[in-house]
Amino acid sequence: MLERLGHTVEFPPSQTCCGQMHYNTGYQAEALPLLSRFVDGFEHAEAVCVPSASCVAMMREHYVMMAEAMGDASLLARVKALLPRIYEFSELLVNFLKVEDVGAYYPHSVVYHPSCHSLRMLHVGDAPKKLLRKVRGLNLIEMPNATQCCGFGGTFAIKNAEVSAAMLSEKSRDVLNTNAEVCTALDNSCLMQIYGGLHRQRAGVQTLHLAEILAHTEATEDLAAGGPEGEHAKEHEAAQ
Amino acid sequence: MSVRVGKTATAPAFPIAAGGALEDSQLRRNVKHATEVIRAKRGRVVEEAADWEQLRQAGHDIKAHTLRHLDQYLQQFEANCERAGGKVHWARDADEANSIILGLLRGYQATEVIKVKTMTSDEIGLNRALEAAKIEPVETDLADMIIQLGADEPSHIVVPALHKNRAEIREIFLDKMGLDHLGTEATDLTDAARHYLREKFLRVEIGLSGANFAIADTGGVCVVESEGNGRMCLTLPDVLITLVGIEKVIPGFQDLEVYLQTLPRSATGERMNPYNSIWTGVHAGDGPQHFHVVLLDNGRTEMLANDLERETLDCIRCGACLNACPVYRETGGHAYGSIYSGPIGAILSPQLQSMEHSRSLPYASSLCGACYEVCPVKINIPELLIHLRGKVVRTDQSTLAGALNPESLAMKFASRAFQSTSVYVAAQRLARLGQAPFVRKGMIGPLPGMFGGWTKFRDLKAIPKHSFRDWWKDHEKARQKSGGAGPVRSATNASDASRRAASSETKEGASHG
Repeated sequence: MLERLGHTVEFPPSQTCCGQMHYNTGYQAEALPLLSRFVDGFEHAEAVCVPSASCVAMMREHYVMMAEAMGDASLLARVKALLPRIYEFSELLVNFLKVEDVGAYYPHSVVYHPSCHSLRMLHVGDAPKKLLRKVRGLNLIEMPNATQCCGFGGTFAIKNAEVSAAMLSEKSRDVLNTNAEVCTALDNSCLMQIYGGLHRQRAGVQTLHLAEILAHTEATEDLAAGGPEGEHAKEHEAAQ
Repeated sequence: MSVRVGKTATAPAFPIAAGGALEDSQLRRNVKHATEVIRAKRGRVVEEAADWEQLRQAGHDIKAHTLRHLDQYLQQFEANCERAGGKVHWARDADEANSIILGLLRGYQATEVIKVKTMTSDEIGLNRALEAAKIEPVETDLADMIIQLGADEPSHIVVPALHKNRAEIREIFLDKMGLDHLGTEATDLTDAARHYLREKFLRVEIGLSGANFAIADTGGVCVVESEGNGRMCLTLPDVLITLVGIEKVIPGFQDLEVYLQTLPRSATGERMNPYNSIWTGVHAGDGPQHFHVVLLDNGRTEMLANDLERETLDCIRCGACLNACPVYRETGGHAYGSIYSGPIGAILSPQLQSMEHSRSLPYASSLCGACYEVCPVKINIPELLIHLRGKVVRTDQSTLAGALNPESLAMKFASRAFQSTSVYVAAQRLARLGQAPFVRKGMIGPLPGMFGGWTKFRDLKAIPKHSFRDWWKDHEKARQKSGGAGPVRSATNASDASRRAASSETKEGASHG
């Protein structure tokens, strides 16, 4: 999608993880070595696009603190120089590139889940909805109780699996009540939780990252019909 | 010193207690209904306060300043309270506070004491100490009375009986008040409570209260409430004992301007509390003639040293974070095993006890941030939860068993893998192979070990054969093949410096632009 808009996209292959899982679970010492690795890999870029709001929140909330904790003045300076150029995906489009219509076509009904970190830490506001409203054929449906957490919360989903599941059951109900075909968000982690619950119920609703919807045009394959079963079916057909 | 917070020392870990609460459909229904009602009311009265964000900031700043000079303000409070005729007592911990209060009650030959608005007395286990000394504590706040009659525990810091609905409360009243008949309307229940309590108010000579604020420049103490039962407790008895945590002191009367706007709006969704009682010392012929203030530390001083931890003591006990919390919404307050429940309880209970108890509470949150958003004194609860998780992990890792537990080992391995691209890519490949026995129709089935927590309730997409990295390589190759012409350069394209860096990073770098 970014290339379609005329931008040069690079994927630094050295990249791994922002360290959020470690940091938020209490393994802050284990997250520290990942900081310099991230800065090395990305500081040459004019803008860094991070298609995960919670990773951006991790960077903005903790990277300066981490560099300070390491007592590394030069790393701290590099972190401070890099941070203003880090954008969450919808921020990059709407705030930095000033584009709302990315020329996408997606003829399905979609419900948007505002993930907690995009909503309360990045304050992305309406940016994702502005992008979705400009997608041709797309029917954007409002979700009740949209701002309530889906129950993912990183390792919370495993450490407090039952409470997480109870929270998910409310989110699943809200998604299903909209009768939408697809639920989208700025975080694949939340979507993994939501899809995990919906698929367990065989609810027949897909989850897609906003980028996947915005990448879609008349020329691309329909993702709503996809999902793992779709892929599996295709593989099965191919084998026959 | 023996710091104690209610029954936390023997409480089960949060996931276990929460599992029990989740089975109670009536409780979950009651909690959801009550928190939704308060949230909606709060939303309306916060919206109409045009300077809400400034009020929050002011509330935060006043507390931050006070806690940095806590010693001075506490001494100022003591001097002014005693000048007005009160007596101030200092209690290092729960036991000392209990023995001070018991000593006072024995001195006044008490056999009964009427109590109101003192969660701190639950913190120190006062009622048990009183009962052991054959002094009967009578809770007079309506919700606290329901809890006491029902031999229950508070489940919310503002609305302690929030987990009970009207029908359940009626059953308790019928059973414990010795009534033959009781209607089912709310007014029937409040009438019954009034008859029951009025007799106590008029008879019992000693009152015991908590306080929302202790005012340093006047020596006065303030309680806000909705029922008026507090006002009765504070004005009718001959003796009044007020138990206050040391963090409740504020510098001046003027500072109430901020908190008496933010507290009622945050707590019950009211612009102002129906009853705002402020009493200062003793006045001949008017109100209690003997007034004692017990200032309680019980672990609070230990929290002053660290900037972030100290923020916990800003709390004005409004309960807005409980009502906003999606975890509390599902479990209610009992699962936290402490009288301080919800997000604030999850950071306060373990810290008061130097992280020795309530260690599972910092993990009882999805870090969604709803608590921070509504907090009227801007306590960064999510950040504190993360900070306390760090303390739990570091303590655990200092023992051999803790360092060798599967989670710690997995986290250490993951950190290693994330530090090397080759190990990371190899680990991805290994996971793809390892998942094979569990994959069916592209989805992962029940997993063993800690990941079982995931698959018990949700499905999981299998790691695809073709990773994004693989796709990216193909994509780059295809782009090279098609003449090496990268996409059209836009006005916001990479700078020369970034292109040079990009060239050294990727083989395809030369083809860019």
